[in-house]
Amino acid sequence: MGMTGLFFLSSGLFLGWSLGANDASNVFGTAVASRMVKFKTAALLCSIFLMLGALVDGVGAAHTLGALGAVNAIGGAFVTSFAAAFTVFLMTKYGLPVSVSQAVVGAIIGWNWFTDSVTDLSSVVKIASTWVACPVLGAIFGALIFALFHKISKHIHLSLLQRDALTRLAMIVTGAFGSYALGANNMANVVGVFIPVVPFTEFSFLGMDISPVHQLFFVGSVAVAVGVYTYSYKVMMTVGKGLLPLSPFASWAVVLSQSVVLFIFASEGLEYFLASRNLPTIPLVPVSSTQAVVGAVIGIGIYKGAAKNIDWTVFLRIMCGWVITPVITALVCFVSLYVMKNLFDQPVHTPKTYIISHGVLKEFQEHGIQANSLQSLVGKSYETGKAIVADVKKHLDLSNKQELLILKYAEVVKLKIDPTKINKLSDHLFSAEEKENLAALSGKEFNYRWELEDALILKNPSWKKQPETVLNKKINNEIAEQYKMIEGVFKWEPQD
Amino acid sequence: MNLSKGFSMFYGSRALENKIDEFLDRISEAGLIYRKAIHVFLEHGVTEDFVTHAEQIGHIESRADELRREIETGLYEQNLIPDLRADVLSLVEDLDAILNAYDSSGYRFTIEQPVFPATLHPEMLAIVESVTNSVEQITIAARTFFRDFNSCRDYIHKVRFYESEADRISTKIKRAVYSSDLPLANKMHICSFVEMIDNLADMAEDITDKLAIYVIKRDN
Repeated sequence: MGMTGLFFLSSGLFLGWSLGANDASNVFGTAVASRMVKFKTAALLCSIFLMLGALVDGVGAAHTLGALGAVNAIGGAFVTSFAAAFTVFLMTKYGLPVSVSQAVVGAIIGWNWFTDSVTDLSSVVKIASTWVACPVLGAIFGALIFALFHKISKHIHLSLLQRDALTRLAMIVTGAFGSYALGANNMANVVGVFIPVVPFTEFSFLGMDISPVHQLFFVGSVAVAVGVYTYSYKVMMTVGKGLLPLSPFASWAVVLSQSVVLFIFASEGLEYFLASRNLPTIPLVPVSSTQAVVGAVIGIGIYKGAAKNIDWTVFLRIMCGWVITPVITALVCFVSLYVMKNLFDQPVHTPKTYIISHGVLKEFQEHGIQANSLQSLVGKSYETGKAIVADVKKHLDLSNKQELLILKYAEVVKLKIDPTKINKLSDHLFSAEEKENLAALSGKEFNYRWELEDALILKNPSWKKQPETVLNKKINNEIAEQYKMIEGVFKWEPQD
Repeated sequence: MNLSKGFSMFYGSRALENKIDEFLDRISEAGLIYRKAIHVFLEHGVTEDFVTHAEQIGHIESRADELRREIETGLYEQNLIPDLRADVLSLVEDLDAILNAYDSSGYRFTIEQPVFPATLHPEMLAIVESVTNSVEQITIAARTFFRDFNSCRDYIHKVRFYESEADRISTKIKRAVYSSDLPLANKMHICSFVEMIDNLADMAEDITDKLAIYVIKRDN
C-alpha cells in the first residue's frame, strides 16, 4: 500500500493546500490588507498556529474521520478530495473566499450521486442556511463588537502609536487563535480519511510517541502552510480591501467577530458548559469562518454609515462563489469518479448490500416507519441505497430522514467477534468491562450493526445511546466512536 | 513574530513617540525665541542678541530636520500606523515648513533690516504674538493628535482664532503704513515683512484643516 497510499494522499494534500490558500486567508485577511500585519508575518503565524491546532486539538479520536469519512473506498476519497480541492483552487484563482468544508460536502453529494447513494438533505440545507445565517450573524456581531470597542477606546487615553501597537498585537493574538481553531476543526476533513492508507509507522521523538495520525496531520498542516504562503494573498485582499477598505481597528473587529461567532454558534464545548450549569444553551447553527468574515465586514460598514462605500458587486461575486462551489464540486466529482472508475479501473465505492429481514422491519417499526406494508420485501437484497429506497417508496411515503433510517437499519454489515482481535481495541476508548462484554460474545456472528448493538446492550446497558440531549451528546459520540472501531476490527467477509 | 519582536514593537513606538514629542518641542521653542527676537529687533535693531536668536532658530531647525528624517524612516521601517502614515508624514513636513519659515524670517531681518516706525511697534508685537500663539496651538493640536486624538478638536479652533486675529492686525498695520508719509519703497518693504509674519499663521491654519481631516479618518 506504500506508494499507492502516498499517491492517494496527494489529493488530500492538494485539499490541504486549498484550505491554506483560501480558508486560512479569512483569518488574517483584513489584518494584512490593512497593512498592520505583514503578509510574511501573517503567513508564518497562521502556519504555526494552524499546525498546533491540528496536532494538539485536531487529532482527537472523535474527529479523525471528518466529513469525507462517508466515502467508503480510498479511490473515491481520492477523487472527492481532488474535486473539492480543485474547486477551491478555482475560486482562489478568482480571489473568492469560499469554504473548504462546503466544497467537501459538495464532493460527497457528487459521490452519492455517482454511487446511487442517498444524500442526507440536512447537509444541503445546512450549507444553504450558512449562506444567509452566517453573514447575518457575522454582520450583527461585527457591528456590535466594533461599536463596543469603539466606545471603550474613546475612554482609554492611548497615544496614536500605542493604539497602533495594541491593535496590531490584538490582531496577531486573535488571528493566532483563529488559525488554531481552523487547524483543530478542519484538518480531519482534509486528511482524516487517508489514515488507513498512509504508510507511516509510529516512532519516538524526544520521548514522545508520534503516531501515524500525528504524522499525517503534520504533513497535512505543511500542505496548508504551503497554501498560505503561495496562494492566499489574493483572497486576503478581497476580504480585507475588495469589499470595503477598513481601518486597522475595524480590521481587528472583523477578525474578533469571526472568532466570536464561531465560538458562540459552533462550539459544542460552550454548549455543554452552559447545559451542565443549567443555563439556557445557544442553538448551534452551521457557521463558516468565510461567511462570518464577509458578514462582519458588511456589518461594520453599515454601522459606520459607510454602506454606500461597500462594493456590492464584490459581495455578489462572493455570494455566487458560495453557491457555485458545492455545485461545481459535485459536478467535478461526478465526472472524475467516472474517469477514475472507467478509465483507470479503480474502485471508487465499496458495494453495500441492503436486505430487509423481519428484524429489520421490527427496527423500522420501532423508529416510526409503518413496516406492516413491507412484509412482501422481506428477504429481498439490494445493491444500492437508491434501489432499496425506491422499492420501499412503492409501499410507503418516506421523508428524507426516514430514507436514511431505512438505509441505516437495512445495511448488511457482517460482524464476527473474534476473541483474538479484542486486544486490537484501544484501551483509551474501551474499558476492561466493555472488552469483557465483547469477549462474552466470542464466536457470534451478526448481519447488521444494530444486531451487535442490541446484543451488547443486553450484556451491559451502558452500550445504549442516551436520549439526544446536549449533555448526552458527548457520551453518545463516544459510544458511536466505539461502535465504529468495533466494526473496523470485527468486520468479516464469509467465505463462500 | 516572537516575544522580543513584540516588545520591540512597543519599544519602537515608544522611541518614535519621544522623537515626535521632541520635534514638537523644537517648534514650540522656535516660536518663543522668534517672539523674543522680534522684541529685540524692534527695540534695538540687528544687535548681537538678535543674531544669536536667529542662529538659535537655525540650530533648532537643523535638529528638527534630523528628527523629521528619523520619524519618517522610523514610521516606514517599523511599519507603524500604516493607514495614517502618509498623513503623519505630511503633517511632520508641514510643521517643519513652519520652522523653516521662522528660520528664513529671522535671517531676512538680519539681511534686509526693515525700519518700522515706532508707532507701529505695538501692532507688530501684537501680530507676532498672535502668529506664534497660532503656531503654539497647532503644536499642541498635533501633540494631542499623537497622544489622544479624541481631544484634538479642542485645539483646532484656537489656531483658527489666532489666525484670524493675525489677519486682522496685519490689515490694520498695512492700512496704517499706506496712510502714512513714508516713502513708497519703505511702505512696500514693511508690508512684505508683515505679510511674511502673517503667513506663518496661515501655514498653521492650513495644517489645522488637514489635521481635522486626519482626526475624522482615524476616528473609525
